[in-house]
Amino acid sequence: MITRIELATKPEFYDADGHSTMVGVRDLGIDSVEKVYSFQVTYLLGDIGEDDKILIAQNLLADAVTQDLAIDTNISFPESPDAWSVEITFNRGVTDLVAQTTLKGISDLGIEDVQNAKTARRYEFIGDLSESEKKRITEKLLMNKVVEHVLQPGSTVFFPALETQFKLVHIPILHADDDELQRISKSRDLFLNLEEMQTIQSHFKNLDREPTDIELEMLAQTWSEHCSHKTLTGLIEFNGERIDNLLKQTIFRITSELDLPWCVSVFKDNAGIIEFDDEFNVCFKVETHNHPSAMEPYGGANTGIGGVIRDPLGTGLGAKPIINTDIFCFGPTDMPHSELPKGVLHPKRVMQGVVAGVRDYGNRMGIPTSNGSIFFDERYLGNPLVYCGNVGLIPANKCEKTVVPGDYIIVVGGRTGRDGIHGATASSGELHTESEGTWSGAVQIGNPIVEKKIVDTLMQARDRDLYRAITDCGAGGLSSAIGELAETIGAEIELEKVPLKYRGLTYMEIWISEAQERMVIFVPPEKVGETLELFASEDVEATVIGRTTDDKKIRLRYNNQIVGELGMDFLHGGMPRIIRKAVWKAPQVEKSVFDDPGDLTPFLHKILSAPNVCSKEWVIRQYDHEVQAGSVLKPLVGEATDGPGDASITRPRLNSYRAVVLSNGLNPKYGLIDPYWMAASAIDEAIRNVIAVGGSLEETALLDNFCWGNTDKPDRLGSLVRAARACYDMAQVFGTPFISGKDSLNNEFKTEDGESIAIPPTLLISAISIMGDARKAVSMDLKQPGNLLYIIGLTKNEMGGSHYYEMHKACDPAVPTVDAESAVRIFAAVSEATGTGLVRACHDCSEGGIGIAIAEMAFAGGYGAEISLQKMPKTDDVIRNDISLFSESNSRFIVEVAPNAKIAFEEKMENIPFAAIGRVRDDKNLAVFGLDGNIIIEEKIENLKESWQKTLRWS
Amino acid sequence: MVPRILVLRAAGSNCDQETKFAFDFSGGLADLVHVNRLLSGQVKLQDYQILAIPGGFTYGDDISAGKILANELKYKLADALLEFHGAGKLIVGICNGFQVLVKAGLLPGVDFQAKQSITLTHNDSGKFEDRWVYLKINDSPCVFTRDMPERVYYPVAHAEGKFVPENTSVLESLKKNKQIVFQYSAADDSIIEYPFNPNGSVENIAGICDPTGRVLGIMPHPERHIDPTNNPLWTRNGLSKEGDGVAIFRNAIMYFR
Repeated sequence: MITRIELATKPEFYDADGHSTMVGVRDLGIDSVEKVYSFQVTYLLGDIGEDDKILIAQNLLADAVTQDLAIDTNISFPESPDAWSVEITFNRGVTDLVAQTTLKGISDLGIEDVQNAKTARRYEFIGDLSESEKKRITEKLLMNKVVEHVLQPGSTVFFPALETQFKLVHIPILHADDDELQRISKSRDLFLNLEEMQTIQSHFKNLDREPTDIELEMLAQTWSEHCSHKTLTGLIEFNGERIDNLLKQTIFRITSELDLPWCVSVFKDNAGIIEFDDEFNVCFKVETHNHPSAMEPYGGANTGIGGVIRDPLGTGLGAKPIINTDIFCFGPTDMPHSELPKGVLHPKRVMQGVVAGVRDYGNRMGIPTSNGSIFFDERYLGNPLVYCGNVGLIPANKCEKTVVPGDYIIVVGGRTGRDGIHGATASSGELHTESEGTWSGAVQIGNPIVEKKIVDTLMQARDRDLYRAITDCGAGGLSSAIGELAETIGAEIELEKVPLKYRGLTYMEIWISEAQERMVIFVPPEKVGETLELFASEDVEATVIGRTTDDKKIRLRYNNQIVGELGMDFLHGGMPRIIRKAVWKAPQVEKSVFDDPGDLTPFLHKILSAPNVCSKEWVIRQYDHEVQAGSVLKPLVGEATDGPGDASITRPRLNSYRAVVLSNGLNPKYGLIDPYWMAASAIDEAIRNVIAVGGSLEETALLDNFCWGNTDKPDRLGSLVRAARACYDMAQVFGTPFISGKDSLNNEFKTEDGESIAIPPTLLISAISIMGDARKAVSMDLKQPGNLLYIIGLTKNEMGGSHYYEMHKACDPAVPTVDAESAVRIFAAVSEATGTGLVRACHDCSEGGIGIAIAEMAFAGGYGAEISLQKMPKTDDVIRNDISLFSESNSRFIVEVAPNAKIAFEEKMENIPFAAIGRVRDDKNLAVFGLDGNIIIEEKIENLKESWQKTLRWS
Repeated sequence: MVPRILVLRAAGSNCDQETKFAFDFSGGLADLVHVNRLLSGQVKLQDYQILAIPGGFTYGDDISAGKILANELKYKLADALLEFHGAGKLIVGICNGFQVLVKAGLLPGVDFQAKQSITLTHNDSGKFEDRWVYLKINDSPCVFTRDMPERVYYPVAHAEGKFVPENTSVLESLKKNKQIVFQYSAADDSIIEYPFNPNGSVENIAGICDPTGRVLGIMPHPERHIDPTNNPLWTRNGLSKEGDGVAIFRNAIMYFR
């Protein structure tokens, strides 16, 4: 028996979902809809008495004040008979969180007859709609067919579990020729190349047996680009020279050369760890979740942030997650639907889904999202980038794992389902127009409350020393987690013990499923009882699934039968090293010639409203950035708390003023001209954001996240080599080690015509810095009329990739460079000044240069300002007002100083380029005087603010 | 005596640690207690003087915000809660905790049997929002706001915070009993609209108490303004002696001194 309960907002109350759906319809260019009603639907399976149905509907599901309800019928409004009605529900096997909670709520009411629940959403549209408009609304707005479908009248929402008979599967490869080996790799989605298949073949020839499916899958997963980073650790032929392990030659190398005492654990655990104070360390990890987010933005981003939170949680013996970061790259959100390539979701929809996914996971986990950025470019259309980061706080004596034979292996948290099969291998391939359907198994929706419960209980288990080692289940699932954690000893797993969401998974699916919210811990035998009891006390599932061994083998059983056995040496060391070719040739770019337009006010407005500069308040407000109560500098600052902060400052321990500063740098526009300077600029930007808020270079560490196109193509890899070398060179001078990083190397989208569109080479640099006293923080908003304004740093004529040149459709082969030696002196001087309380406001000059920086400072502070370009330090070739104002040269700041601090401040700046350029004004106007003393910008700050805010002021 | 505070945790609570800190900082002795331990009897509510239900997304806020925890209180802990309140003790719900109190039947009066007459529903903006708001404190029997200044500055962070009474007579009775403790306001006495009223709450209502003044529900987060550096305006206006949130917790503690 199926019971259907429907809820709707009473007509006298505001239907927020209906209203936002209405806005979405308008966004599609459909104006004939007058009203949208939204309905929440719950289906219940079981023999439920009439009284119980009413009890469930009234006392659990409906809000007595604002909602109407109907049982086994539809709610009807006066317009309903003429409305178009459509009901949408989740596909089979997709997690339905609300349904699971509903079952708990029903049992709390003392009702035990309900076997299953499922939710759906129904909409009624009032207004004339053609069939094609209905189709567009359904497919482009209401649902994503990867996870949802339209519920047709009479179709069922409950499915019986698929039953499968156990059958051990061997894959015959011993006698396969090369073509056959490649065919096997391709048909099973293994993404193993011929040489790797040959290596596996000869390994099993020596063993004199065929591999089982689970063994091949495990090898494919462990050897995937995603898990092994084989390109960047392989051999690269670059412009005639041979690079043996690019990462070791650049990123890892500088960290080991710097050899800083405060680096606790780098590049070996799930996140890099640095010292925080005497008792605690902090760790930081940033990951990408690009391909899943392209297919299903909400679920992809949701599990992206959920996944990266498990990295600090699986670092050392487990860190408490304390801050989230997120950085996204999307196609242009104002793109007409008609120009969208087939198989691509509209960028606005991608962005809305991604933001909602991060919001719902991060907020529910109770982790403040305090830093991020968003970058738009057409080449991200088919392949958006979703970077998610997490910082954790960990006791200094809990940073090392110990693995010993004989421990129990326990899986903690969510159950295993068929979700996310082949995520690790799929992410190593290219997206194409068929991706939506073919890889739907790789898309999942997260359950943040399960992960929150894991955090709550794991922290208690950690502090009671109940386990010796921990890691997370991420890409590759249990296979990757246990394969890596037990690498030096060995493990034996009984796969039938793994708790499942539903029956019917094969032993192979159990092992490689990437179901979310699972951690693996190794528990000494004498502590197993206490461990299981602790997790049970807070309703967290924890199950013993095997033991660690001492034979350096991974042995997999299913109902006592061995289904797979691989030596750890072969699994982790048997992969043939790959050799890739890389070339880099500077592109031919001609410097454009055009005249200085004179009045620069219109250009200031235009740059302020450019998507890459404009206010991201619509996004930021949806994230909880106050939870945990340690926020000192928030992402939005200033008089009306809506100005753009440079970096966030957070106190993770509420009884201390010691703080964590977080910032990021990302400059894809420079990368196509020169990836070396793009990387250098990203590093400079991330660090100068730390400096701008009052931080220092002293304990600042970096993370690298390379998102590139297909690096099998030599030009793509060549540009990566240049970027990696810049990382080494800059970090060496700045003294800032890299502590963690990740690469995602197949970010290309194949269009219907077979053309492959690569993303621009995109290096995200994240900076984390420890600040001794958060009360020294400086925000970017102007504070006091009469105060002096200074420019720090040298302005150069290097307009390549700049916003101003883009506006003129102009080119320049010169992109912003970094004079690292000079930058170090500048950063040290500014830190000195902020640390001694001489600075009232400080803002870094980045996209849009001085012009944008001063405008943002003015409207964030609610005060006017005047500056003159005459005295600013610049190179001899900077002879025009527009170049002076909009050059994006690195290592520059605008600083506000009170008149009584003038002398002390200028003393600190002695050895670096700086100049007093103006003052804060009492009125609400921004005035800029040009090189010849004439006025080149005069505008009310409220108008500038409006330009900056209007672009992404979405409802 | 130093009162003991039970900060109630459930799956998805996420402001429990800072709420405990706020009470401890203000001179109390707070314990984090999972609801399962109350249900199993391992921990007794009667051993405490103050019950605090912190913010978060209990059980994911699936179905509606706070609903599942509210039903656990209503169907499994009602007797203990009635006894607790009857003994003159204090109950406070912040954000999700306020939603729980309303849906369980502990606000606007402690009466588990009555039909729910007020609710906290989806923000008019249709989405979760985090922003700082000014709150006007009214004359009321509320023991948590005694001797507090006329106006305080706290952050809100919620998707379902719009206060809605069932009808005008419910609203009138709240006014008559002086139960409307907090109202969203501007920095001064000017008439306000969004975003000063961040969610569309009727009459800008941000927090109410029961007629005895011993049960408080509030959507904004006083526990997020304990330290002066929490204030987003501190880099402009300087550091105050203490955050605006401290007084609420100190009043609760002082009630037992």
